[in-house]
Amino acid sequence: MQLTEELEALRASVRDFAREVVAPVIAGHYEQHTFPYEIVRQMGKMGLFGLPFPEEYGGMGGDYLALGVALEELARVDSSVAITLEAAVSLGAMPIYRYGTAEQKQRWLPALVSGEALAGFGLTEPGFGSDAGGTQTRAVLDGDEWVINGSKAFITNSGTDITSLVTVTALTGPDEISAIVVPSGTPGFEVGPGYSKVGWCASDTHPLHLDDVRVPAANLLGQRGRGFAQFLHTLDEGRIAIAALATGLAQGCVDESVAYAKERRAFGRAIGDFQAISFKLADMRTRAHTARLAWHDAAARLVAGQDFKQYAAMAKLHASEIAVTNAREATQIHGGYGFMNEYPVARFWRDAKVLEIGEGTSEIQRMVIARDMGL
Amino acid sequence: MNIVVLVKQVPDSGAERELRSDDQTIDRSSANNVLNEMDEYAVEEALKLQEALGGEVTVLTMGPEQAGEAIRKALQMGPDKAVHVLDGALHGSCAVATSKVLAAALRTLNPDLVLAGAESTDGRVQVMPHMIAERLGIAALTGARKLTVDGGTLTVERQTEEGYEVVTAATPAIVSVWDTINEPRYPSLKGIMAAKKKPVQTLSLADLGISPDEVGFAGSTSTVVESTKRPPRQAGTKVTDSGDGGVQLVEFLATERFV
Repeated sequence: MQLTEELEALRASVRDFAREVVAPVIAGHYEQHTFPYEIVRQMGKMGLFGLPFPEEYGGMGGDYLALGVALEELARVDSSVAITLEAAVSLGAMPIYRYGTAEQKQRWLPALVSGEALAGFGLTEPGFGSDAGGTQTRAVLDGDEWVINGSKAFITNSGTDITSLVTVTALTGPDEISAIVVPSGTPGFEVGPGYSKVGWCASDTHPLHLDDVRVPAANLLGQRGRGFAQFLHTLDEGRIAIAALATGLAQGCVDESVAYAKERRAFGRAIGDFQAISFKLADMRTRAHTARLAWHDAAARLVAGQDFKQYAAMAKLHASEIAVTNAREATQIHGGYGFMNEYPVARFWRDAKVLEIGEGTSEIQRMVIARDMGL
Repeated sequence: MNIVVLVKQVPDSGAERELRSDDQTIDRSSANNVLNEMDEYAVEEALKLQEALGGEVTVLTMGPEQAGEAIRKALQMGPDKAVHVLDGALHGSCAVATSKVLAAALRTLNPDLVLAGAESTDGRVQVMPHMIAERLGIAALTGARKLTVDGGTLTVERQTEEGYEVVTAATPAIVSVWDTINEPRYPSLKGIMAAKKKPVQTLSLADLGISPDEVGFAGSTSTVVESTKRPPRQAGTKVTDSGDGGVQLVEFLATERFV
């Protein structure tokens, strides 16, 4: 599948940005576990946070193909920056855009679409991940306010200086899950300390605690009781974005390893001259290519308004698993240097694993795919 | 303010560049061709002025058909339109002949301000702004690291090796910029989509009233007769310290005129 000339131009623009702006400083942020505000500001300036949103909210008028292209190019260089964009768009702003009232959209979207603000998506809880229907957080209507109590875990973009809100899912009745917008700084809404993560070390991830948090009844996002269906759809779309991100990481492993294999010498020749290495590289490139085809196809189906859920699941499953494989091979090709944090492939190796877990584990993807075959 | 930005397509300075063996001009098929890096700073400066003062930004280039790619890249950043001087007879034009063509094209556009990169990464002669200023009878403020506009007065901080000079001129004038002046924007998807619809006017030599023998190989004041490939990098000098290491280092630095 060939991308349009415009999407190729977008790819070139984001590639330049990733190489010139992200690459020189990201290892420092990763090492120090600091959030790259300056990079995010510049990503906002070039419209990346607005890619799949219409111009009336300040968006770029693109779609998930455009978002995927940008994520892939960012993740070729660094996944922390890519996941920050992915979560901000797919999980943060998209539910507001899809399910928000005109008023909610006017209030929240422009700052999210321009990247001046970030939103989080509070679904996962300490005791409920894949089994997301088991949500324990509760919201009770008291007059014209929701009173929310509960805890959320692993919430991306929830604790930055520019986080404006987190959409949390909560039980609003027996077997009734709804989504409610909780603005940052609401009393009782406590953002816990950032996690010490194996990878994605320059992205922002926190546990959240809600202790008698009161927000206006009008902060209900979408229909009451439709929270579960809404986030399933949100996650289906997000899987395409994660597949694109994983493809970028897999391609980054190819880029770095090919360059290294041409330069590094052993036994009197470049290690790329040995088939043990060149065949690895051929396989790595093939994996990245097939992952790209899979996410392109899933995104094209979404954009065309066709059934895409099962294709998004296949793309996410495949891309995340080959990302882990490519990262393992890339570090092997780099030998001892591959185990040093200063080498991009070491970051890739640390960043790859979570791709098989976040936004639906590989097991959940297999369930979705199997169900689609009537199993 | 009516601003025209001069842009040029050049071979990527990061790739191996070659001259054609038949006529010693740049081999545009052997390298990736890109928008000259310094020109992106000129485009950015024009867009910043437009955001502050309004008006129109036009991109002007002279070059073969494929220079249209550089125009498109520049338009993706935000200028309103472009003019492409395209004529087979231009092949082989030297800087003097090129300045004649660009000056003629600029007369048709009647700008208040012409912006250009301080140099191109291929020719690197840095004289185009001066030559154009001479032909148009306007001021040339070159090598700017800062530009401010106050009504019809331009003030430039002109970067020098020791520091900077402050120079002013009345519009119309031409200003060339270094990469210290701003941070060029990266094209957004909206900019990329919009660039497709922007008008690109093509002008021939006949349109500009220039005869083919005034430009190209026929009308150029200089021609590349032959060229030699850059010699491969030499191995460095290794200073072994047997008591006189410091002296050897200073001697090396003095010989190379670093001190």
